Amino acid sequence: MAGPGIVPALGEEAIFHAGDRIRVLDREPIGHYRVPTYLRGKRGVVEQVIEPAFVDNEEEGFGRNAGSKLHYYRVAIPLTEIWPDYTGGPRDGLYIEVFETWLEKA
Amino acid sequence: MESQEHDHDDHTHPHEEVGRQDKPGYYDMLETAVRELLVEKKLIGADEIRRQIEVLDSRTPALGAKVVARAWTDPEFKARLLADGRAACEEMGITFYDDTLLAVRENTETVHNLVVCTLCSCYPRPVLGLPPDWYKAKPYRARAVIEPRKVLAEFGTIIPDDVEVRVHDSTAMVRFLILPRRPDGTDDYTEEQLAALVTRDTMIGVVPARAPQGSAAQ
Repeated sequence: MAGPGIVPALGEEAIFHAGDRIRVLDREPIGHYRVPTYLRGKRGVVEQVIEPAFVDNEEEGFGRNAGSKLHYYRVAIPLTEIWPDYTGGPRDGLYIEVFETWLEKA
Repeated sequence: MESQEHDHDDHTHPHEEVGRQDKPGYYDMLETAVRELLVEKKLIGADEIRRQIEVLDSRTPALGAKVVARAWTDPEFKARLLADGRAACEEMGITFYDDTLLAVRENTETVHNLVVCTLCSCYPRPVLGLPPDWYKAKPYRARAVIEPRKVLAEFGTIIPDDVEVRVHDSTAMVRFLILPRRPDGTDDYTEEQLAALVTRDTMIGVVPARAPQGSAAQ
């Protein structure tokens, strides 16, 4: 976090925090993506902000290695949210890193 | 297919040629073509390719096993390992030749962790080397996130109903190493003896670590 009097640049600080309820965006871009389709539109909770900020892997996949730094978030999504008929265990969960551009508050 | 005629001490018979028998597939040819183009255009050299293969060959599950055994015997190291897996491995001289981070997840009485990469084959290569073929195959990649308990049962690992299963789908910057439970009856084991109990699959989270004649931690 920026100290007193310090103005962080846009995108420098994480916009989600541990405990935030989120939804993975339901988009279908063409090209290189890092959000598996089975998680699109699913709701979960931010478990941890991954520090430091990274270049967007989806941009990096096309050789664009600068200018897209934002945070990744480790997100916890119940398996019962992903598969409505999941019977393995009510607390079983999926944990994954999702880039900031793929998340919205839920 | 030509066979190789040769003599043994007590018999003579043909053997299949050693090496691959079938024609290279589409992706084999694509890899060869891209590699040869990169070398021809002097973007990378043959020596760099060979060097990277040597880097990968120097990474095996034995490294991960040493890390786990250290964590089982040194509580302060374990705390550092769980806080920042990469930094703790680097302490032991295991370098990270790429930009990935390492998260270490501890299996306990109440939580069982499992690693998969549904998109491709993300794997903690700096500390475990190359992933096994089944890890890269579609059945494991799909089923680990759909029915992890059934997949684990097929490895012989039955997870009690009251234990929480956490599936880590590693697709971005973080790679995962599982810290298995220390088997019962190993209190007098040295760090080296403990490391011998830690197999590759225990660090992917598909099986528990076991003592030679004993059982896994109960």
